[in-house]
Amino acid sequence: MSYLYNTPDDQAAMLKSIGVDSIEELFSTIPEDLRLKRDLNLPPQMGELELTQHLSALAAKNASPATHACFLGGGSYDHFVPAAVDALASRGEFYTSYTPYQPEVSQGNLQAMFEYQTLICDLTGMDLSNASLYDGGSALAEAVIMALNTGKRGEKVVVLGTVHPEYRQILQTYFTDLGIEIVEIACPDGIADLAKVEASIDASTNCVIVQSPNFFGGIEDVAAIAEIAHKNDAVVIQSFDPISLGLLKRPGDLGADIAVAEGHSLGSPMQYGGPYLGIMACSDQFVRRLPGRIVGQTEDRRGKRCWVLTLQTREQHIRREKATSNICTNQGLFALRASIYLSLLGPSGLKQAAILCTQKAHYAQQTLTEIERLEPVFGGSPFFKEFVLRDTQGNVEGLLAEAREAGFLGGVPLGQFFPEMEDCFLVCVTEKRTKTEIDALTRTFSLCHTGGSTIHA
Amino acid sequence: MRNQQATQLLSELSHPGRVAVQWPACDVPEQPLEDIIPANFLAEEAPRLPELTEGEVVRHYTNLSTKNMSVDTHYYPLGSCTMKYNPKRNERLASLPGIVDLHPYQDESTIQGMLQLLYELQGIFSEISGLPACSLQPAAGAHGELTALMAAAKYFKSIGEDRKVVLAPDSSHGTNPASAQMAGFKAVSIKSDPNGGVDMEDFRKKLTDDIAVLMITNPSTLGLFEKNMREIADAVHEKGGLVYLDGANMNAILGIARPGDFGADMMHYNPHKTFSGPHGGGGPGAGPICVTEKLKPFLPSPIVEKDGERYKLDFDRPESIGRVRSFFGNTGVLVRAYCYILSHGPVGLREVSENAVLNANYLLSKVKHFLPVPRGERCMHEFVASASDLKKERGITAMDIGKRLLDYGFHAPTVYFPLTIPEAIMIEPTETESKETLDVFVETLFKITEEDPELLHDAPHTTPISRPNEVQAARSPCLRADFCSS
Repeated sequence: MSYLYNTPDDQAAMLKSIGVDSIEELFSTIPEDLRLKRDLNLPPQMGELELTQHLSALAAKNASPATHACFLGGGSYDHFVPAAVDALASRGEFYTSYTPYQPEVSQGNLQAMFEYQTLICDLTGMDLSNASLYDGGSALAEAVIMALNTGKRGEKVVVLGTVHPEYRQILQTYFTDLGIEIVEIACPDGIADLAKVEASIDASTNCVIVQSPNFFGGIEDVAAIAEIAHKNDAVVIQSFDPISLGLLKRPGDLGADIAVAEGHSLGSPMQYGGPYLGIMACSDQFVRRLPGRIVGQTEDRRGKRCWVLTLQTREQHIRREKATSNICTNQGLFALRASIYLSLLGPSGLKQAAILCTQKAHYAQQTLTEIERLEPVFGGSPFFKEFVLRDTQGNVEGLLAEAREAGFLGGVPLGQFFPEMEDCFLVCVTEKRTKTEIDALTRTFSLCHTGGSTIHA
Repeated sequence: MRNQQATQLLSELSHPGRVAVQWPACDVPEQPLEDIIPANFLAEEAPRLPELTEGEVVRHYTNLSTKNMSVDTHYYPLGSCTMKYNPKRNERLASLPGIVDLHPYQDESTIQGMLQLLYELQGIFSEISGLPACSLQPAAGAHGELTALMAAAKYFKSIGEDRKVVLAPDSSHGTNPASAQMAGFKAVSIKSDPNGGVDMEDFRKKLTDDIAVLMITNPSTLGLFEKNMREIADAVHEKGGLVYLDGANMNAILGIARPGDFGADMMHYNPHKTFSGPHGGGGPGAGPICVTEKLKPFLPSPIVEKDGERYKLDFDRPESIGRVRSFFGNTGVLVRAYCYILSHGPVGLREVSENAVLNANYLLSKVKHFLPVPRGERCMHEFVASASDLKKERGITAMDIGKRLLDYGFHAPTVYFPLTIPEAIMIEPTETESKETLDVFVETLFKITEEDPELLHDAPHTTPISRPNEVQAARSPCLRADFCSS
C-alpha cells in the first residue's frame, strides 16, 4: 500500500508521453555511483490492520489515563479537552491545508489565526501576538533574540532560577556561543528574591526573564521585578501558564514587554511533549521584529473584509540572512485548537478551570503534607496548580515507584534538574483530578514503606 | 447559499452570558481564594473572551473550514512543499490512548512502547539517509538546520578550529542563510549555473579555508539532481568543511539515493513533506536530523538508546550542544512518519519516489509545450516553468496564472521561487495523484494561457474573496480584532 494511483497501463502511457522506456531511465540524472544498489533495510510493509495491531501493542506498553492518574506537571499538563476541539480541528479542510500563502482560498485559516492573535492579546493584555511558534521553550529563546535585536541595550540576559530548567537549557544552547552573557539568579526559596534581582540588573542588562507561575508552581511578583527592570531600561519577558490567566493578573498588566507561553494546555493533548504551541505576545514596539507568521486584516478588491499573512519582509524567504528569525512555520493546527478551546470556555469557563486547579492543588498539598514522611518545600509562598514536596526519607524514586504500582503518576522527581533537590518532587493537580484520586494518592503515599535514606547514605 | 455569519468574528458573535463548557462542581473543600493567593496577584475581572454556545462555536469553525483549500478537497500542485495525501490511518494511530496522552516526564518504565517507537524511528531515518546518528528533537525543518549548524559549530570548536563561513546556493530556501546567521556563522551565497546547478566556478572561488559548512538542497529547488554532487562534497571535505543537506526534497529519492552516500555529513527531514504529516494550515511539522558518527556527540540530548531489552533516554552526553526545544520533540508528527514508513516498507517507499518522479516528468512533458521549462527536459519530483514569455507577449504573469487556477479548483503552484528563474511557476504533482487529475490540470493550465489577460489580472473570481490589498495590510497593520485604524 502506498496510496498510489498509477496502474501499469497508466505508467506505460506516461512513460511514452515522456519519451523514455522505463522509470529507471528517469533517474539517469543521478550518477550511477551515487545510487543505492540494494533495498533499504527497513521493516516489511504492513497493512492497516497489522499496523493498527502493532501500534496498539506499543501503546499498551505505556501507562495512560486508562491505567494511571496523572499528577505530573512541569510544563506539560493533563487538562481536559472538550470534544468540539477534536471534532473541529480534525476537519480535513483545516488539518490538510497548506500555509495560507494564497489568501483567496485560505480565509478559513487566516481568519482563525487572526482570531487566535486577538484571543491571545485579550488573554495576555499585550498589544500584539504572532500566529504561534514551536513551543514555550523555543518561544522564550525567540523572545530573547527579539529583545537583543531591538533598541540599543546591553547584551546581558538575566534569567531567574525558577524558570523552567529546560527553557534555561535552551537559552544556553542558543546564546552561549554567540557571546551573550546569561546570568542565572539562584532561587533556593522557590521564588525570586527581589533584592538579588535588583543586584543583578544594571545598565548592561538587555532583558530579564521571569516565569510566573514558575516551574515550582509559585506565583512571582512580576510587577515588582518589572519595575526594577524598567528602571534599568531592560526588557521584561514573562513566561506564563495560559490557564492561570483565568485567575491571575495578565502579563500586560504586570509590566511585561514580551509574554511567552507553552500553550498546549489550551485544548491540545500532552502527546509525549509535542507538537506543542509556542505563544508569543508583545508590546507595540516590537511590531516589525516579531518572529513567525502574522496575519493582518485588510480588504479585497470588492471592499470585503479579509485577512492575509502580513509584514512578511521580516521573514526568511524575503530577507534571508537578515531575517528577524529563521522560523518559517507556525503551529497553525494547535493555534486553531487553542482558539476553539478559548471560544468554548469563554471568560467564566477559563476562570472556573483556573479556580478548580487552584483549589484542588491546595487541597492535595494539604492532605499530602499531613503524611509524616512528606513536607512542603516552599510552603509559605503562593502557588497555582503545582507544588514541591520533600520526601524526608530521601527516597523519591522508591516512593514514586510504589505509587506507579498503585496506578498513579505521582510526581516529577526534581533531582534530574536540581541536584540539591534529589529528595524533592513536583506534584501537579489539574481540574481533571478528582477528590477520590487525590485521597487515593494520599493513602498510597502514606502506606509507602520503601523508606531508608538513599541519598544521604 | 453562503452563510453570512461565517465572516463574523468571534467577538461579534459573542453574547454575554452564553457558555459552552460546564465544569463539574469543585469536589474538594474550598478555601477562600484570597486566603491562598494574595489579592494583588488576582485579576480584577475574568479575561475578556467571547461568550458563545457550543453550537455557535461549531458552526463558526465549520463554516470557516469550508473557505480553505486542502489536500482532502483539492489538488495542490505546489512545488517545494510536497502536498501529498495524508493517510487517515496515521491520524487514528497517532491518537490512540497510550500514544496521544503520554506525559513527557513519565518514568521510563511507563513509556517503553513510545521509546521503542522513537528508537526504531531513529534507526529508520538513519537507514534512509545513510547517516548513522539521529536526533528527533528539532520542531521544524528550519529548526533542524539551526540545530545541525550549532552541532557543527561545536564540532569545530572541539577540534580547535575557528571556521566562520556557511555557503548556500542562491536558489536555496531562505531558511538556510537565516539559520546560518543564527548559529553564529556568516552566510555567503553561491551562484547557480545556467542549468540550475551550483556554479562550480563561483563555488571554487568562495570555497575558502575557513568554510565551516556548505548547505545544499539536493534534489535542488529546481527539481534537479546536482550532477557535480560528488565533486562538490569532496572539495568541501578537502578543505575540512562539512556538507549539510536540506532534505526538503527527499520525496524524490527514497530508497534510490542516500545523502550519506553522496557526501552529506548532516541533514534534516521534513516529515510533513516526505512522510505525509498533515500541514495543518502551516504547522506543526518536525525537523529530525541525521548526522555522521563523528557529529553524533554534539546532537541535542536526549537520544533514545537501547540497553538490553530496555529503552532509555540518554542524557549523559557531555559534548552535546544541549537542548533546542522543551521535552522530546514533536512526537505526534514523528508517530505519523513512523506509521507512514511502515505502511510502505522498503519497496513501497521506493515506489513512492518512482511515482513522484514519473508524475512530475509526465507533467513536464506536457507543460513544456506551452510554458517553457528553462532548466531541462528531465526533472526529479518537481520542475520550474517560466511565464516570462507570456508576460512579454501577453502581459500574463506567474501570479495571474496561479490566481486563475484557483477559479478552476486547483491550488496555485509555488510562484516566484526560486528567485533565479523569472516568473517562476514551480510544480510538484506528488505521487498521490492520478493521471486523470494531471491531465485535467494540464488542460486547465493551457486554457488559462489562452484566456483574456484582463480576466486573469482580476482572478480569482469564484473564491470567497477577491485579491486582497496586501500593501494596506503591511502599511497600516491591523493584527487583532478591536485594534484597526480604519
